[in-house]
Amino acid sequence: MKNLNIFKKPIYQYSLFLPIVCLLLVLIVNLIQTPNFFKITVQNGVLYGFIIDILNRSSGLVILAVGMTLVVASSGGTDISVGAVSALAGAVCIAALGTGATYNVPYIVSILLALIMGMACGTVNGYLVSYMKVQPMVATLILFTAGRGIAQLVTGSFILYVKPEQFGYLGNFIPGVPLPTPFFVAAFLVFITWIVLDKTPLGMYIQSVGINRDASRLVGLNSKLIIFFTYVFCGMCAAITGLISVSRTMSIDANNVGLYTELDAILAVAIGGNSLRGGKFSLFGSVIGAITIQALTTTLYAMQVSADQIPLYKAVVVIIIVSLQSPVVLKWFKTIKGKLSTRSHQMVKEAK
Amino acid sequence: MNRFKKIISLMLILALGIVLGACGSGSGDTSSKGSSGGGDGLIYVGFVQVGAESDWRMANTKSMQDTFTEENGFKFEMVDAQQKTDKQITAIRDFIQKDVDYIVLAPNTEAGWDTVLGEAKEAGIPVIIVDRMIQTNDDSLFTAWVGSNFKQEGYDAVDALAKALENKGISPTEGEIKIVTLQGTMGSSAQIGRTDGFEEKMKEYPNWKMLDRQSGDFTQEKGQEVMESFLKSYPDIDVVIAENDNMAFGAINAIKTAGKTCGPEGDITIVSFDAVKAAFESMIAGDMDVSVECNPLHGPRVKGLIEKLEAGEDVDKIAYVEEEVFYAKDAADIIESREY
Repeated sequence: MKNLNIFKKPIYQYSLFLPIVCLLLVLIVNLIQTPNFFKITVQNGVLYGFIIDILNRSSGLVILAVGMTLVVASSGGTDISVGAVSALAGAVCIAALGTGATYNVPYIVSILLALIMGMACGTVNGYLVSYMKVQPMVATLILFTAGRGIAQLVTGSFILYVKPEQFGYLGNFIPGVPLPTPFFVAAFLVFITWIVLDKTPLGMYIQSVGINRDASRLVGLNSKLIIFFTYVFCGMCAAITGLISVSRTMSIDANNVGLYTELDAILAVAIGGNSLRGGKFSLFGSVIGAITIQALTTTLYAMQVSADQIPLYKAVVVIIIVSLQSPVVLKWFKTIKGKLSTRSHQMVKEAK
Repeated sequence: MNRFKKIISLMLILALGIVLGACGSGSGDTSSKGSSGGGDGLIYVGFVQVGAESDWRMANTKSMQDTFTEENGFKFEMVDAQQKTDKQITAIRDFIQKDVDYIVLAPNTEAGWDTVLGEAKEAGIPVIIVDRMIQTNDDSLFTAWVGSNFKQEGYDAVDALAKALENKGISPTEGEIKIVTLQGTMGSSAQIGRTDGFEEKMKEYPNWKMLDRQSGDFTQEKGQEVMESFLKSYPDIDVVIAENDNMAFGAINAIKTAGKTCGPEGDITIVSFDAVKAAFESMIAGDMDVSVECNPLHGPRVKGLIEKLEAGEDVDKIAYVEEEVFYAKDAADIIESREY
């Protein structure tokens, strides 16, 4: 950046500007199409409305996007195994709890087992990428294909249901709390991650490793370890998403939990204005990206678009959002702006 | 330190190997369930199954295994193709080599069977298709098809809804009945059949109004998400049609979260398809009103066909399995007898 004078920086030059504009654009469509979209009421003791739905449903994706952002930033590749890892972690959790009227093991133990499973998967991915120098997509492809298979082994290929009501709290509402629990989980995770990245040098390390792995090593950073860490963290995020998902439905369907979410997570990172080549990243950009994706889905439901047309609308909106942020279009905007300003300069001069 | 890393890396690779190995060994190619004796008057049946992806599929497999026993005069061999079409094709060729008397195929995909079924035809082995249909221009490639009539299930659902409303003391022909539908994966034969069947038969009740239809992809989570949205768009839904049980479970969760009631005692009537065991549990819990069966017990029907063919009789090209409708009030009596 040549422009180091941050005080004079116009609002549209902040990295979050475009992602937020995109989200607002999606929401504004609702203002016209479905006026009751922004209405929030209290029903059955909880807040109730489309906006709450968006916050609730996007939480899982937000968590995945946080993990994915770091993976992308550090290694310039994507972790495509997150969906399968979610399913596997969910399967481990429910297999440990059992399907009886009471839990086989304490709830907290099953949560820990699931998180450990997620981190173990992250360890495999991270090891392959950082130490064995396998391309990220190839390395994570292994668990992408095998993860659901292992989950099927864990569940014995059955859809397992959990009976105790408390199991649903994590994915739905805790009695007496008006906001959905996943929202708190996501907000907490984003906050902690942000604090750690912002207040410790870790954020900068990840960025510099992503920009140039060898140069970072030469100045004394342990590049491999940092990349390895981001994959383990991403595995843990995937496990949390899996836990929320199985809690929401109080069951594990290893074929369907987290299906295609890896694509949404990558998309969230991209919509957030992050380069998929790694390096500089914006955590909040990805969070907004994830919320935008869910806002789009909920919007299409509210607008009563028929099921077979939804993918088309989504594709069109995504193309618009992504191209809005592409360097070519940004450059184009700049040229127009430059022409306008020189013209106004000239006009001022002439007036003088 | 370096040595430590080497050991760790070795362990990781080993762990991965074990995991992958475990997956591989699960594939268990051909498992002979019958006796090995060839010329003992047994009818040799080779069954190519899709996989073990759902409770429904497991029940389907079990039905076949229980029907084609040695006591019934069969030698039975099954291949679990793990949802891979190429494995199924290999398995059929294998059965042709072994010169089985009949090949029973539950195709994974609809297209791409012409060549291998042509080989079976040349070898003179009759092929019976179960569950999903295949796409072919040459109907002589298979002898018969046994499966569910999804459109009929759609028709049945209309009658089932009318009866479920009556059970609640609501007249199905008076007042406006507002309906939403959670559709299955768009384009799947179950979704098309059930949607069309319901739509067609619904015309008999001009007071029924379809407010909206949306796909829940046959999964509970997606069904719940779509239902949450429906509840906000339409504050006074009377009926939810869910094109499979899992989506119905999701819808029930969403309805309860919104503080509304469903089931025989509740405000919203839930009509579902498949009637898996968990659906009976849901009906007993008073959440679901009615479920239209999608019968996986193909075994007896296939056996009937084979017996007819053995006797030299002609068989119908298309044979639907019998399917029932189960209401909440009967669920407690029936659940014990359900196998899946």
